[in-house]
Amino acid sequence: MITVRDLRKYYKVHERPPGLAAAARSLFRRKTTTVKAVDGVTFEVAAGERVGFLGPNGAGKTTTLKVLAGLLHPSGGEALVDSHVPRSREEAFLKKIMLVAGQKQQLLWDLPPSETFELNRALYDVPRPRFRETVAELTELLDLDGLLQKPARQLSLGERMKCELAASLIHRPKVLFLDEPTIGLDVTMQAAIRGFIKRYNERCGATILLTSHYMDDVAALCPRVIVIDRGNLSYDGTLDELVRRIRPEKRLVLHLERAVARVDLDRLGRVVSHSDAEAVLQVDQGAVSAAVTLALATLPVKDLTVENAPLEEVMSELFSRSRAAREAASDEGE
Amino acid sequence: MPSFSSTTRALPALFRIGFAGAVAYRAEFLVWVLSTTMPLVMLALWSAVAREAPVGRFGQREFVAYFLATFIVRQLTSSWVSWQMNYEIRHGTLAVRLLRPVSPMIAYAAENLAAQPLRLVVAIPVAIVGLLTVGVTALPADPVIWLVWGMAMAGGWLITYLASFAIGSLAFFFESSIKAMDVWLTLYFIFSGYMIPVELFPPGVKAMASWLPFRYQVGFPVELMTGAHGRQEAFALLAAQWIWVALMGAAALLLWRRGLRSFGAYGG
Repeated sequence: MITVRDLRKYYKVHERPPGLAAAARSLFRRKTTTVKAVDGVTFEVAAGERVGFLGPNGAGKTTTLKVLAGLLHPSGGEALVDSHVPRSREEAFLKKIMLVAGQKQQLLWDLPPSETFELNRALYDVPRPRFRETVAELTELLDLDGLLQKPARQLSLGERMKCELAASLIHRPKVLFLDEPTIGLDVTMQAAIRGFIKRYNERCGATILLTSHYMDDVAALCPRVIVIDRGNLSYDGTLDELVRRIRPEKRLVLHLERAVARVDLDRLGRVVSHSDAEAVLQVDQGAVSAAVTLALATLPVKDLTVENAPLEEVMSELFSRSRAAREAASDEGE
Repeated sequence: MPSFSSTTRALPALFRIGFAGAVAYRAEFLVWVLSTTMPLVMLALWSAVAREAPVGRFGQREFVAYFLATFIVRQLTSSWVSWQMNYEIRHGTLAVRLLRPVSPMIAYAAENLAAQPLRLVVAIPVAIVGLLTVGVTALPADPVIWLVWGMAMAGGWLITYLASFAIGSLAFFFESSIKAMDVWLTLYFIFSGYMIPVELFPPGVKAMASWLPFRYQVGFPVELMTGAHGRQEAFALLAAQWIWVALMGAAALLLWRRGLRSFGAYGG
């Protein structure tokens, strides 16, 4: 469904130090630098897949999505979405895709969302019966009752986001690009949106590419993740494999009946945190069962769980490793 | 690029939404109308001058007819697309338009035209006042001239819209295209016949005004309404006007297509 080969997107950015003198100088001579937002990314996504795009701020995730949605012209390489070249913005292509960005407003600000739905119905040439069916379905799935007739500006952020999503799906896109779809929403609303995206994918078989800073979004929605850092692809595979590769150790969380000495915990593994009521240990995967047996036999354990390292930690470790690798490579180059 | 047929299919919805938007912003709209009352000020000024003696063929009555017609033509040929584009390009919200399967050039046009009914609410009473003041006899009797006038109004609107679209597209290349629009508007006020009828310009300036696009935005339709041209002259000026429509269309398309290549889609 999606093919990306050696995709590159470079921006020319004007630089100007602060101050009047610098402003005057920039009148005659502007200093520009080239920013490599995406620098040779290659991947493929099959129809119906849900893929998470991960990376720190400025990594190139959103730029890649915008190239795939036809908004940005790439500086090099190739991108194909369902056999269309996105930058040509062919009508058939535009009718198949949608990009939903958390902070973008496609809702008409002073009019009720139902007007935006109606506009999209006409723009995408959706037959009336199918339109009614889709709106009814979206109203039920996203709990939109009572929201569709209020002016968009009077809706709360969460309500607006739900309506944005619904408006984006009126034409039932086959490919959905979601850029931070849960940004700024409370936990309940995040869970609702996540649940909806998953159901939409299952019902319509849509291909979904998603970027998010909330690891819960990615963990709940995306069996596969692609990690981009400074415009380069640094991982492509399952989330479990990523965790296993970066942090093969498990977390042993012990809820204690009473305080225990640090030396007793040190025997089980590396102590991450320790209080009177709880101890968190990092244990090699192969040593987990032995550590659990030992803990239960020797410590006043009330409850015990074995977990993977938090995704945030896995990601930050991954990014610091790839940074270190880049620095080492540039040192060698010098 | 989205096809012509799907764009036409979407037009009624775009008009409806544009009209609903114009109604939602009716307060701002009225303020804008107040800001376009310059012809009424010029009317007072030139009528005072003509009280002593006529200026060229313009007596008091002719000035009233000319400036009321100017007010009406300006109402019906204006476009704010340049400001809209400047904002949307700089804030990245143009992305929403680019995702839709309808050409943004047509969508902006439909939105701008959708405000026309609201403008008519202002223009029709002014036309009635004008007719009561100067009398029906001041209008040309030749139906061919009125036919040319209809095309001249369409041409006037198109030059205004396309020039504004071309200038709006400059926001792809520069940090803001508003300054360029200010320069354009200054030239427009001077050379369009908006403040002084073009035929009252000194011969050299008048010749220049005929070579520039501004006269064809306002002055030419107004001149037709006030009976300044016979058929022959009207046809020649109409041809010149539509050459400007074509030139502006080409400039708008070129700048838009070039600009899209460097669109950053920032802010989201």
